[in-house]
Amino acid sequence: MLTYLLRRFLYAIPILIGVNLITFVLFFVVNTPDDMARMQLGVKHVTAEAIEKWKVERGYDKPLLWNAQASGTSKATDTIFFEKSLSMFVLDFGRADDGRDIMNEIKTRMVPSLAIALPVFVLGLWSAVTFALLLVFFRATWLDFTGVVLCVMMMSVSSLFYIIGGQWLISKLWHLVPISGLGAGLDATRFLILPVIISVIGGLGSSVRWYRTLFLEECNRDYVRTARAKGLSELAVLFRHVLKNAMIPILTGVVVVIPSLFLGSLLIESFFGIPGLGSYTIDAIAAQDFAVVRAMVFIGSVLYIVGLWLTDLSYTLVDPRIRLQ
Amino acid sequence: MKFVLLWSDALFFLLVAMCVFGAWRARRNPQLASAWRQVGTHRVGVAAATILLCFAAIAVLDSVHYRERLPGENGNVQYSVEVLSVLDGLMTKERTQLEKTYSAPLATQLFAKESRADGEGRDFPRLKYGGAQLADPALRDADVEKRALGGLVAGFVIWAVLAFCVRRWLRPRAPWFAWSAFVFTFAAIAVVSGVIVALAPEYHVFGTDKVGQDVLYLSLKSVRTALLIGTLTTLSMLPAALFLGIVAGWRGGWVDDAIQYVYTVLNSIPGVLLIAAAVLMMQVVIDGHPAWFSTSAERADARLLSLCVIMGVTSWTGLCRLLRAETLKLRELEFVQAAQAFGVSGFNIMLRHILPNVMHIVMISLVMDFSGLVLAEAVLSYVGIGVDPTTISFGTMINAARMELAREPMVWWSLASAFSFMFVLVLAANLFADAVSEAFDPRGKRS
Repeated sequence: MLTYLLRRFLYAIPILIGVNLITFVLFFVVNTPDDMARMQLGVKHVTAEAIEKWKVERGYDKPLLWNAQASGTSKATDTIFFEKSLSMFVLDFGRADDGRDIMNEIKTRMVPSLAIALPVFVLGLWSAVTFALLLVFFRATWLDFTGVVLCVMMMSVSSLFYIIGGQWLISKLWHLVPISGLGAGLDATRFLILPVIISVIGGLGSSVRWYRTLFLEECNRDYVRTARAKGLSELAVLFRHVLKNAMIPILTGVVVVIPSLFLGSLLIESFFGIPGLGSYTIDAIAAQDFAVVRAMVFIGSVLYIVGLWLTDLSYTLVDPRIRLQ
Repeated sequence: MKFVLLWSDALFFLLVAMCVFGAWRARRNPQLASAWRQVGTHRVGVAAATILLCFAAIAVLDSVHYRERLPGENGNVQYSVEVLSVLDGLMTKERTQLEKTYSAPLATQLFAKESRADGEGRDFPRLKYGGAQLADPALRDADVEKRALGGLVAGFVIWAVLAFCVRRWLRPRAPWFAWSAFVFTFAAIAVVSGVIVALAPEYHVFGTDKVGQDVLYLSLKSVRTALLIGTLTTLSMLPAALFLGIVAGWRGGWVDDAIQYVYTVLNSIPGVLLIAAAVLMMQVVIDGHPAWFSTSAERADARLLSLCVIMGVTSWTGLCRLLRAETLKLRELEFVQAAQAFGVSGFNIMLRHILPNVMHIVMISLVMDFSGLVLAEAVLSYVGIGVDPTTISFGTMINAARMELAREPMVWWSLASAFSFMFVLVLAANLFADAVSEAFDPRGKRS
């Protein structure tokens, strides 16, 4: 078990190096720091001195990969690649364009992001599985049919519609909760409840439909027939057998959902004015703050790899046949 | 008039040609023909396909671009810098008749009060074009009713002619096809578009937006953007996904490891962030080389295509993995092993035996991804990493209109129209995708 985890950990290193290389190529080779400076300072009417100054301020004035002028090991270390890319491995992201330390910013903004993403994740999973089981329990009836039709309709509605519509209906028309912002302490729940509900509803259609197919597939298996033949009630069959056996595909799917939660919170946070990582990224994109976007890409990939790792671990929990070696 | 072929137009027509070629191939291949026949018997699938075809027709009209000839002096031929499409030409009235600002659907007066010309208080001024033929705005309801009824009748007549043709000539030739679904869907389309066409010349049917543009025109223009993104994204990386997926499955060993490494790396970067980073970089490239593009339409087009490619790069990994798994399965089957025993080269086996047998996966993922991509475009454009702000798309429409709900009284029509067009398009795509995957997926047939 321990050696397996260690091997997975080592396996993550080449992947992260690959991620790093891609972001490096994207940010520094496709566009040279000169291009970025020109973009930031305005394309026209920009002097060479202004570009040079911009580059020195941000440490982009060094050679990309190999510094021939330096001596000794600093030939390799006094370069953009070493300073801006490899430093990410020790979680040193440098400073944003407004001069603040990115790591610090990430630490403080993590809390509001988690306060939304976690309830959305748990509630979303729970409600999707519940509704899917309900549809399977009433399978081949009009209830099942209406449910599936409803799911397809919900899938076809843009997530922007849920956000704009929900905000307008609940906050503006009924004045139930504040439109946007975030309070301190327990007061925050007042602000969080609407974004959480909207994200759960927005993701419900596709996940209920997906889980329904998973459960139906299990329902056609022999062991389910045996369980029914034994005289087990339909509810017991669903909960004790079908749900348990569908756990593996569900877990595989859940990890796929984790990175896309990021997209959801990107939108939700910027719409509801929540100072989390999603709105941080959006602001960075709007301000074309390359350092922040690069840091978020790196962190995103690290989290994804951790997610894959957790999936493997969770397999051993739900399926005793699987042993990690 | 000078025809302009934008890159996205060329690719779109290539796609249409591929569809035609695919249909011709499918007719001769009994297996494919039977799968398509199953789609044809699927009532919901046929209805969805009818709607999709209408959207595709709009997109085709909007993809034939030209630059108008300007009245030049003594033989000096000059062309306008504005690139227009056939759809723009058909909707010249809607495109050029700009109001001052917001006006409600079918309104005759502006949405905001203005000081009167005679200086006596403030009033809602009459629109410059919407309902301008009326002497008195109070006559509007009767006029709208009259026109709508005329459009309704015209739409009904067109539908009746088509329904008759179907009954007389088409149904006997292909009795298995779900003609009734086609005819009913077409009835709805004909009636709705009949009413709209009858009203559009004199009124702004869906109102106007902040700068007075006709919302109906904007919605129809968005259809092309949505269809392009929905299809070209998957197509842009299709060759790479096919090649790498099949080679990885067929060769195994270090080739497989290398390819798996590439897609794991790409997969581990969260899609939105990779898209954001790549679009930011593309924007720097495009802004840095203004000489590459002779018109602003070409620049917007380059951004649209780069968005397709970037979204393709983030989404081809799933298809690649499926293709690899399928190839691994096929490799062990007798017909492939027989081909190997006969000494057919590896490349030929991949091309002649494996490729045709994985095409159903490509087909399914193409239609399945479409709706998600259309929805993603709106989100990305809202975030600011989507299409060029000058490109008309559902995302830019929603982005421009989202603050309007806060106004009192509310401006709801741009949002409502963008969301309803998108809903119809995506719903049709989802239903069609279900019908196609049901017919092509060998697993689907069993249950």
